[in-house]
Amino acid sequence: MQIHIPTPLRAFTGQQATVEAQGRDVGEALEDLVRTHPPLRAQLFNTDGQLRSFVNVYLNDEDIRYTGKEKTPVNASDTISIVPSIAGGCRALTTAGRC
Amino acid sequence: MALEMGQEELERVRRHGEETYPHECCGLLLGRTGADGVRVVAEAQRMRNAHTESPQNRFVFDPQEHFEAQRAARGRGLEIVGFYHSHPDHPAWPSQFDLEHAAWPGYSYLIVSIQQGRAAQEAGANSFELAEDRSRFLQETIALR
Repeated sequence: MQIHIPTPLRAFTGQQATVEAQGRDVGEALEDLVRTHPPLRAQLFNTDGQLRSFVNVYLNDEDIRYTGKEKTPVNASDTISIVPSIAGGCRALTTAGRC
Repeated sequence: MALEMGQEELERVRRHGEETYPHECCGLLLGRTGADGVRVVAEAQRMRNAHTESPQNRFVFDPQEHFEAQRAARGRGLEIVGFYHSHPDHPAWPSQFDLEHAAWPGYSYLIVSIQQGRAAQEAGANSFELAEDRSRFLQETIALR
């Protein structure tokens, strides 16, 4: 299957925007990806081997959090997308209700 | 590193922040990364602030909307080179919360300050990149064209 690589992580895939990977489920495909491109491992996984909290993964059009997470089965024709969770904001609320 | 964008696009970001005030606005910076590493913005695309509990000092992208925007940008030959958000009545400087929720180094994080509903003109827009060790943000030049 194909894995779409977010812009900043292409520095670790030889600037490839899309990488081929093998596996029976999403977890195996991601493992194949980081085996082929080892510097990606620290970008995608924490030291416990879990996907970093801000890393969302889509299989075709579906967020894998709702389809079985890394155990979601994949086919050769599938596409995996890595999408970072984007959040932020200014300081904690004051009593005035503003930053 | 540096962020290059048109004055018009920056004004578009500021207007977005004024319109959503006192809530934070957020969006995508679409463009391309040059061979010299400069992130060149072709357009700023608005995103919805999906933070329902405290949108005046927090923002979050809806994951599905972000996924679809990423796919649409790819279809147009554009990359997501960074993100923007506003700080209502707060300087255009990243917070600890911004740092804790940053994604990967290599994106630009543009912040605009909105003071009393109007975009701050002096030091009202700053851009940052996450340090490789994720310990801090590094300010980068905004090259306006």
